[in-house]
Amino acid sequence: MQRRAFLTKTITDKTPVKDPVLALQNQKLPDHLDLGVASIAPYTGTWGKAEARHLLRRTLFGFTKADVDFFAAMTMSDAVDYIMNIPNSAPNPPLNGYNTIQISDPNISAGQTWVNGPDDTNFVNKRRNSLYAWWMQQILNPDRHVREKMTMFWHNHFSTEVETVGSPIIAYNHHKLLRDNCLGNFRSLVKSITVDPAMLVYLNGASNTKTAPDENYGRELMELFTLGKGTDSQYTEDDVKNAAKVLTGWRINNTNYTSFFNANNHETSNKTFSTFFNSTTITGQIGANGALETDDLLNMIFSKSDVVARFIVRKLYRYFVYYVIDSNIEANVIIPLADDFKTNWEIKPLVTALLKSQHFFDNNNMGCNIKNPIDVIATCSKNFNIAYPSAPVEDQYQAWYSMFTLAAYAGMTIGNPPNVSGWPAYYQSPQYTEIWLNSDTLPKRIFITVALMAVGYQYKTGKKLQADVIAFAQQFSNPEDPNQLIQDTIDLLFALDLSTTTKTTLKQSTLLFGQSTDSYWTGAWNDYIANPTDATKKGNVTTGLQLMLKFLLDLAENQLS
Amino acid sequence: MKRKDFLKKALPATMLPFFINGINIKAMASTPMLEAIKRASIKNGRVFVLIQLNGGNDGLNTIIPIDQYSNLSAARSNILIQQSKVLALTGNSNTGMHPAMTGLRSMFDNGKVSIIQSVGYPNPSFSHFRATDIWQSASDSSQYLSSGWAGRYLEDIYTGFPSGYPNANDPDPLAISIGYAVSTALMGPTVSTGIAISDPTSFYQLVNGTVDPAPSTPAGHELTYVRLVLQQTQSYNTTVKTAAQSVANKATYPANNSLGDQLKIVANLIAGGLQTPVYTVSLGGFDTHSSQVTSAGTTDTGSHADLWKKVSDAIAAFQTDCEQLGIADRVAGMTYSEFGRRIKSNASLGTDHGAAAPVMVFGKNVNPGIIGANPTIPASVTVNDNVPMQYDFRQIYASVLEDWFQTSSSKTDSDLLLKHFDTLPIFRATLGVKKVQNSSSLTLMQNYPNPFKDFTNIEFISPGGHVELRLFDSQGRMIKTLINGNVAKGNYTEILDGNNLPAGNYYYQLITANGQVGRHLIKM
Repeated sequence: MQRRAFLTKTITDKTPVKDPVLALQNQKLPDHLDLGVASIAPYTGTWGKAEARHLLRRTLFGFTKADVDFFAAMTMSDAVDYIMNIPNSAPNPPLNGYNTIQISDPNISAGQTWVNGPDDTNFVNKRRNSLYAWWMQQILNPDRHVREKMTMFWHNHFSTEVETVGSPIIAYNHHKLLRDNCLGNFRSLVKSITVDPAMLVYLNGASNTKTAPDENYGRELMELFTLGKGTDSQYTEDDVKNAAKVLTGWRINNTNYTSFFNANNHETSNKTFSTFFNSTTITGQIGANGALETDDLLNMIFSKSDVVARFIVRKLYRYFVYYVIDSNIEANVIIPLADDFKTNWEIKPLVTALLKSQHFFDNNNMGCNIKNPIDVIATCSKNFNIAYPSAPVEDQYQAWYSMFTLAAYAGMTIGNPPNVSGWPAYYQSPQYTEIWLNSDTLPKRIFITVALMAVGYQYKTGKKLQADVIAFAQQFSNPEDPNQLIQDTIDLLFALDLSTTTKTTLKQSTLLFGQSTDSYWTGAWNDYIANPTDATKKGNVTTGLQLMLKFLLDLAENQLS
Repeated sequence: MKRKDFLKKALPATMLPFFINGINIKAMASTPMLEAIKRASIKNGRVFVLIQLNGGNDGLNTIIPIDQYSNLSAARSNILIQQSKVLALTGNSNTGMHPAMTGLRSMFDNGKVSIIQSVGYPNPSFSHFRATDIWQSASDSSQYLSSGWAGRYLEDIYTGFPSGYPNANDPDPLAISIGYAVSTALMGPTVSTGIAISDPTSFYQLVNGTVDPAPSTPAGHELTYVRLVLQQTQSYNTTVKTAAQSVANKATYPANNSLGDQLKIVANLIAGGLQTPVYTVSLGGFDTHSSQVTSAGTTDTGSHADLWKKVSDAIAAFQTDCEQLGIADRVAGMTYSEFGRRIKSNASLGTDHGAAAPVMVFGKNVNPGIIGANPTIPASVTVNDNVPMQYDFRQIYASVLEDWFQTSSSKTDSDLLLKHFDTLPIFRATLGVKKVQNSSSLTLMQNYPNPFKDFTNIEFISPGGHVELRLFDSQGRMIKTLINGNVAKGNYTEILDGNNLPAGNYYYQLITANGQVGRHLIKM
């Protein structure tokens, strides 16, 4: 709605926009660019590697050529189903990978998990870092399912900050709730989140009490988690206050890290809501039944099913497709998906329908998403076959943790979004994902990826995370042909192709070492293949490949997904 | 903390053109306001620093209305600062500061702070995100604008930005937003990468300044955006670094104070010769729903005290630095937050989202003192009651634009704030401030009867000209406009029909060419 109001204003702008660069303000984008066919009918067009790569760019954190081949061999429908059918088994929980020579955890030995408690004030920071490292491990896994991207979506949606929540155990349990239900039932997830200990800490629900209700969660439940703040969402300030009263009494048991309802803290009066909620009265309940009012509240909120469903569908759309939603897309993509979603609040069929749609695979929706920093880091890791230690556990956690810190350096600290609304890239109109990039973060991204690719990242004395650029080239069918190597690389890394001129410049200035005949590269490559242990020959091809990849990683195209 | 852990393995120095003392500088940040601020530059050399206090600051525990203590005590006894600990302000016996604000108090006493009471806007939003948008864009509560208030002004001067910028005449960023990093260790030891390849500018040299044309698709649009950021990063990189290296700060800034770290860079860059007219810095943590004080018995410490000690110490150090660097004449700044907090506290030793709150403008050229009256705290405060606005936040912007940056008032009205707002006497008359209001000449009587059931009388004196008389409810919603038009000079009585009004506290406000004044009334 903000966007629509914004467009109305744009049209009346008094200065005609002559310079195309001014379109960078996004003001002309929706008017002049084709956003693709707005239909959620299943896609029936060509299913080839380009389409498979588009699907993988949007649903996985990085992929390899083998992944593309795997999915391109299926049908589109089977490929989406494969991605959506996440395994039932949850990953093993985070471990003690934090012991050092100086200090070791007296209760949890190395390689054992700490999530079963109890918390230990001496190891709070180490366990949080263990959680971040473990999460990064999941993201960096060569998994072919949507779980990590969906978990990130809900982490951004039901935003909490591990550093604020405090207890690493409560933070892990919260994360597990999102992960286990990332394609589950949204209605149930909202209920679970409402009484989730991490959320009760983060938005003060655990101190919400009848004598002076704390409105923090009641407000964000409506504004950020379910109804949104659009023109169709007309709940009132009194509704926020009444929701806070309904929710009084939830408390945390710090022995077993669960929540419970304390009737002594509950406001037992009747709560009457505004006409937006049809003047619903939630009858005050005494004793343990006070907890049932929370269900009444959620029933009332979800009775505004169009508002809730469209709010969630728009957010998912912006995450998986593009941030511009015009009236055509609203009418023919958002609303039809929302109409199905509101019948049962199941997330999996909703996302599946979006990913299988004509709209999703329209050429105009390819390559227009700016990657978030996690995507940049993970893509770099998978593209370039960065190897992680398989033991000891301390090295493993240190390595994963260092990848977490690199993403934080580029502006995305998983576990700790900036505030309760998540990252601005997913809500701040009009720029949305462009917000990830500015003069501070863009050079950092480029630096990180180039450094990982070319020189490695030292996460511990004598231990490096580093790309294997030769393995990268060897995954392609004809690495000795510089033209095909460059084209295969561009196809894997970028959603957009480069011009012949640029590819020629790239080839000559990198693989051909400043020369103009292809045989310089072919000869160097074949020489290396014939003498794989010859350090000089290996060094020659390594340098050529690093220069080629550095050229490509510097390009703006590498920021797009 | 997580960042500090990370910094232990610092990245190569070649990566750091936009790091100065460990703070990252975003020459173009991406909030709606900055998106537009980046459009232009200023020609009178003056600089304005916007200090955003994220989360909604509890104004009643910041600028404390001493004459309201008994009612405050009834409303918020568990967080109210003990009266004996409130810092007195010279010449203002009824208003004081939070005890942590020693630096700002000293600046106030030395004539370098202007406090504007109860700043807000009609029909306030209680959403962090919407309220922040409103403050950044200078919109009405129900209006959605994508551009920022200062940006609209800057764009007006430098048409065509960003195309062709920077250039010989305007080599510097038009606005700089400074982000926060706790450690200054970032420029320390590095992994040995020997990394000439980390320079993001090399691409452009590599292909002789030409790039592939962007397709006219959404992907092409985003590609062009990324390229712009790359180009501008490259372009501003040198000027920012040169400015930062050309002079050193002269004052001592407080340790472990992120706002101080940010303001230190601002002073450095201004003194280093950057012509950048607008800087933004920020400090988070003001969303004090809980534990804003240590305990009901110890209310002068806790998170709110820590925050204001930081803000106060940082601004005081910045002011000293500006004076010693010889730039104080052309630097001013303001603190603001997206809203104030509720009059009544909650049981978590905190306060929920509220409405109007004080704003402070500081600098050598501000007109020192307090603009406006203390907020009046009703005797019986419900959870709904808010501090009503006395001044619209856009009056402060109008003052900054017209009196500090010297735009014409017609330009401000038509293009920048999109309607007329009276300026306030925030800056010294020696700057050529066009008009100084004297609200003491305004007369608005207490209504009678009060409290009332059906009808009540509101008496006022019109100075002649345009007069507006508005009624607000306790949440700040504008219920009705009783008078809006030209009213000849003289005494008037307006009868308010309260038959349709719910019982509760209300606030009425008189706005005339001489300024504005308000009072509370109670409907039974």
